[in-house]
Amino acid sequence: MPTRLSARLCSFVLSLFLIAFALPALAGPFEDAVAKFANDDYSDTEEAIGVVASSGNKLAFPIISALQDGRLMADPDSKKVYITGADGKSVDAATGEAVASVPDSASAVRLNNRLRRSVDAALGSLTLQSPDVTTRLQAAQSVFKSHEETALEAVDAALAKESNRSVKAALGEARAAILLFKSDATEVEKLEAVATLKARGDQEAMALLTGMGDQPATVTKAAASAISSIQSSLAVWSTVQNAWYGLSLGSVLLLAAIGLAITFGVMGVINMAHGEMVMLGAYTTFVVQEVIRTRYPALFDYSLLIAVPLAFLVAGAIGVLIERSIIRFLYGRPLETLLATWGLSLVLQQAVRTMFGPTNREVGNPSWMSGAFELGQITITYNRLWILVFTLAVFAILLAMLRYSAIGLEMRAVTQNRRMAASMGIATSRVDALTFGLGSGIAGIAGVALSQIDNVSPNLGQSYIIDSFMVVVFGGVGNLWGTLVGAFTLGIANKFLEPVAGAVLGKIAILVLIILFIQKRPRGLFALKGRAVEA
Amino acid sequence: MTPHMLTRSLDRGATIFLLVVAALGVLIPLSNLLLPQGSFLQVPTYLVALWGKYVCYAILALAIDLIWGYCGILSLGHGAFFALGGYAMGMYLMRQIGTRGVYGNPVLPDFMVFLNYSKLPWYWHGFDMFWFAALMVLFVPGLLAFCFGWLAFRSRVTGVYLSIITQAMTYALLLAFFRNDFGFGGNNGLTDFKDILGFNVQAEGTRAALFALSCLALILSFLICRSVVSSKLGKVLIAIRDAESRSRFLGYRVESYKLFVFTLSACMAGVAGALYVPQVGIINPSEFAPGNSIEAVIWVAVGGRGTLVGAALGAVVVNYAKTFFTSGVLAPYWLFMLGALFILVTLLLPKGIVGTFNAWRDQSKEKRNTVSAAAEDGVAAAKMAE
Amino acid sequence: MFNKSTHDIAASFSRRGVLAATAGLMLGLASISGAKAADDTIKVGVLHSLSGTMAISETTLKDTILFLIDEQNKKGGVLGKKLEAVVVDPASNWPLFAEKARELITKDKVSVVFGCWTSVSRKSVLPVFKELNNILFYPVQYEGEESERNVFYTGAAPNQQAIPAVDYLMKDEKVKRWVLAGTDYVYPRTTNKILEAYLKSKGVAQEDIMINYTPFGHSDWQTIVADIKKFGSAGKKTAVVSTINGDANVPFYKELGNQGIKAKDIPVVAFSVGEEELAGIDTKPLVGHLAAWNYFESIKNPANEKFIKDWQTYTKNPKRVTNDPMEAHVIGFNMWVKAVEKVKSTDPDKVIDALPGIEAPNLTGGVSKMLPNHHITKPVFIGEIKANGQFDVVWKTPSLVPGDAWSKELDGSKDLIGDWVGKKCGNFNTKTNKCLGSGS
Repeated sequence: MPTRLSARLCSFVLSLFLIAFALPALAGPFEDAVAKFANDDYSDTEEAIGVVASSGNKLAFPIISALQDGRLMADPDSKKVYITGADGKSVDAATGEAVASVPDSASAVRLNNRLRRSVDAALGSLTLQSPDVTTRLQAAQSVFKSHEETALEAVDAALAKESNRSVKAALGEARAAILLFKSDATEVEKLEAVATLKARGDQEAMALLTGMGDQPATVTKAAASAISSIQSSLAVWSTVQNAWYGLSLGSVLLLAAIGLAITFGVMGVINMAHGEMVMLGAYTTFVVQEVIRTRYPALFDYSLLIAVPLAFLVAGAIGVLIERSIIRFLYGRPLETLLATWGLSLVLQQAVRTMFGPTNREVGNPSWMSGAFELGQITITYNRLWILVFTLAVFAILLAMLRYSAIGLEMRAVTQNRRMAASMGIATSRVDALTFGLGSGIAGIAGVALSQIDNVSPNLGQSYIIDSFMVVVFGGVGNLWGTLVGAFTLGIANKFLEPVAGAVLGKIAILVLIILFIQKRPRGLFALKGRAVEA
Repeated sequence: MTPHMLTRSLDRGATIFLLVVAALGVLIPLSNLLLPQGSFLQVPTYLVALWGKYVCYAILALAIDLIWGYCGILSLGHGAFFALGGYAMGMYLMRQIGTRGVYGNPVLPDFMVFLNYSKLPWYWHGFDMFWFAALMVLFVPGLLAFCFGWLAFRSRVTGVYLSIITQAMTYALLLAFFRNDFGFGGNNGLTDFKDILGFNVQAEGTRAALFALSCLALILSFLICRSVVSSKLGKVLIAIRDAESRSRFLGYRVESYKLFVFTLSACMAGVAGALYVPQVGIINPSEFAPGNSIEAVIWVAVGGRGTLVGAALGAVVVNYAKTFFTSGVLAPYWLFMLGALFILVTLLLPKGIVGTFNAWRDQSKEKRNTVSAAAEDGVAAAKMAE
Repeated sequence: MFNKSTHDIAASFSRRGVLAATAGLMLGLASISGAKAADDTIKVGVLHSLSGTMAISETTLKDTILFLIDEQNKKGGVLGKKLEAVVVDPASNWPLFAEKARELITKDKVSVVFGCWTSVSRKSVLPVFKELNNILFYPVQYEGEESERNVFYTGAAPNQQAIPAVDYLMKDEKVKRWVLAGTDYVYPRTTNKILEAYLKSKGVAQEDIMINYTPFGHSDWQTIVADIKKFGSAGKKTAVVSTINGDANVPFYKELGNQGIKAKDIPVVAFSVGEEELAGIDTKPLVGHLAAWNYFESIKNPANEKFIKDWQTYTKNPKRVTNDPMEAHVIGFNMWVKAVEKVKSTDPDKVIDALPGIEAPNLTGGVSKMLPNHHITKPVFIGEIKANGQFDVVWKTPSLVPGDAWSKELDGSKDLIGDWVGKKCGNFNTKTNKCLGSGS
């Protein structure tokens, strides 16, 4: 980085110049500190943050928040620092005067993780009394995280004025965190602090308690008991957490397997290209998002809603095409379909690789699928939650369709007794095509959801195909409920095994269990009975 | 096997097949070793290694055809037995490295040295002796197949259920062998072999000998399969394939027959794997990948299920196509070709190359002798090769 | 079925058929091998997977070599001859790597091969390169513990990536507690072992190190991310050192982002995540997480800017990113060209002997040198992920770091060196003064 180095050298010489010749009367500690942002040196920036935050200057908050958002521009040559607003207007950070334009040589002041923490801490104490409740809450939380002694005064002041209950609680916790680490806090204060943290009862509280260092004996003892009580409550929560993770994994397995439950379970076609239908769904999502990104960025949050029907149509249409051109010649020869569809999966993968390139494509999470919320002591991520809901919805709709709609009736009829159905006037070949299309379409929908948690690459389908077959076989071929129960059983079992055995051994154990289970019930959990079995 | 059985089980196609394999097994090594390099008829060493690989695949295909083509057991996990045989041989080859490893440890293979093994894991003992390793090549896949089959056939797991759990088996093994803690070198597997029975594995002579041995193994496997399927046992197997319940009602202990042929097939796959490893120079968990096993089934389907010659031929044809398509201008499109080949063969040649050829021949000759129907395999093989 | 009496065989057995078939096969074999190399070009083998699981990473490297060859030919080629690329597809299949390597060397008669990504593919082709005595340039960061006469390692050894990254976190971020998370294969295993030994030598206690391995392509990271969170809540600054392999990274980072693990709380430093991998993720939640490499696309430097511009023109894709293994190929390719020009021959023996000591400029402003252990000197950069999928360099080593073939942190290898110039040995024990193993 010679350019940066030489720039730094230049600016250093320049600043020497400035110090020597500029009017020293104008430059107070605040102005000096602001100028330091222009040095492009992390430790200078850190120093500047500290000085600016504690300066009491009106510009402190705009400067620090601009710094956080990457809107603080610094010109290394002139040592000038500017705050650019979202509206395009800029002010000189040192004086607060509006400037016409920021020079081209200015670039955003860079941050690293350490600085981001200082910025958070500084912003925390600066915004503790903001009129906005959520800002105050966030401020209290970031003070809790940084628990720097300097913030104590601000916390106390804010606490005196605070009326909102949750903000008050957060402030109390922040205060406790500060006191716990304050060397000259009294024993009583510290014991209170321990009690407050014990009441909070989460991992962060435990982190503070375990990391508080040397304390008076009574405090240490209180902390120890607080830690053990938090630990035991967390242990209970971790079971709940495993169950949730299991449900979530189960929903992913179910989603990937539902389509297969139809093409394989109902029609008896060993469809090795099933995974590729999932992949096509994921790529449809990618294309939809690309179009939205370039043409209608405002619609991004609806991209998945648009992608779901499209993915169903794309994958479904290709499914019908496959059925008409390949599968229909192979009925009654299930193992041959395996070979043909395996070949097909190779072709589809390579086709996608040729069209979209071999690398991962970016599919974003819409805002309503990003982030997480806390439920008790566990974190539930929105994308997983929505996938679970979505899976169950797809399952319910499919079930209702097979149960109540005319085409569903025909599908069941053809599956149960093809010849009889044909003689009742059902166009069996049309039903076959539609059933296969339906299974493929649902796989496509699954791809939309899976694009939210996994790679969108040509290999996407491959990673689900084996699991999907396991689920369908475990649940019992030809039974949708079996697939549902199978998926959730495997998901939950996997997630309870994983903490004990590790991810790899857990998965091996599950596979061995499936093999053994099939010995006990050779036709899966919910076996079909009657003549259909031998067919 | 009495001479009588041997001859009885042979027919014209099979004879031609065997003679072609034997001729290749003798001529290719001789041409490679004796003719001057670069001369027109000299087979370069890399082709010897390549064709050695094909021959090993052909043995695997025979093993699969024996159970699938003649007994209706579709195993989507036969690659597991192949790989286990390969690992057994790989372990022997690793122990032969001795102090020539990069760390110079006389006992521990290199990967164990840098994974801090203090001593050899118990299951590595004995593999410094060839006879033990050779025994394990048969025993380990055989034992796994026996246990697996004993459980599965007794509980009458059939059809797709069986296929899927064989896939689960190979997938579980894949994950297990990937684990470095498992003591088989993890993802890198076993490699950097030096000697086999004192001969340098990279020497041309060793390669030629291994090729000849592979051809011999192919011939033996073929003869074993032939004698099995043409014996009374083979007839029962075919009966099971065509109507399992009926065979059971007739009083045959279906599971015992299946178990026998499944175990035999696994042992053959193990031998194929053992011959494959020194020629390819590496064995690693990717051999357990379910995709590999499926592909092996496809070789059989392409060549002709239920015709032994077809199975072997299919393995060679598909793998040759793979070699051919993956270089040169076709490289970016080879998956299209391979995929299309699988689709077209299943659609247009449902009986596979050899099966279709036989049917066509039967028709044209109007020879309605079902006994000799499958017997023409070898001619097809020869024709195909031309 | 298949019953036939003996005399049938004798009668039906056609000698001609056998002869014809055998002759046909032999001719077929011979004709494959008959392809002759054109004499007016120098052939360069490209051995990167274009299909299968590794295509995601390796396809770019194939394009890189084609691009470099194209550029070189514009300058008039090498030794007055044009370079000609021979591209094969080993399809992410390790035995196929060996087969294709053999084919490149014997059939296509290439003078050098650029290829491989995974360690296992390198291990798979190693015996072939030794046997047929050719040259392989291997461009990917790897676990070290290897120095072969026929291989030139232009990617980072652990001391050129892992250890500087950990140093940075220790000094700058004051990290006290470490999660070493990786995919279960040799590179993460070895790297983590080296790091564990290194951390302990710096006074980190055993209970402050958590090691976790996951299978390839692991996609359900809920439990592990929760574990990391839990481990990080013990009151000490915690960081994750990730050797998670390619495909598994996207779901891992997505889960991190969604579970709200911010870089400022628990930073993740990755050794296998570059610009190419980030192209598949929404990086906004990941801002501040780190990667350690020897090259970043964002590094401001005239050589780099020119390279990026030419590359994007060549690929006709103005968005095409560049990454560290690509730079390694650039350095390796230029070194090979220089060595060939120095000895005025493409004979592998001469080129192998000429390569150590050859210098070639890297794209970050320095000059990398091929060392006697066949590794090169490289600068180490720590970059922070930015919202646009690029990296912002937050730290760099003051000078180029020479690559260690053998880790000094591991008991088994601390006395070993690779020296193909003086000792003519890849694994020379300095204590016993012996070349270990066969030394070949």
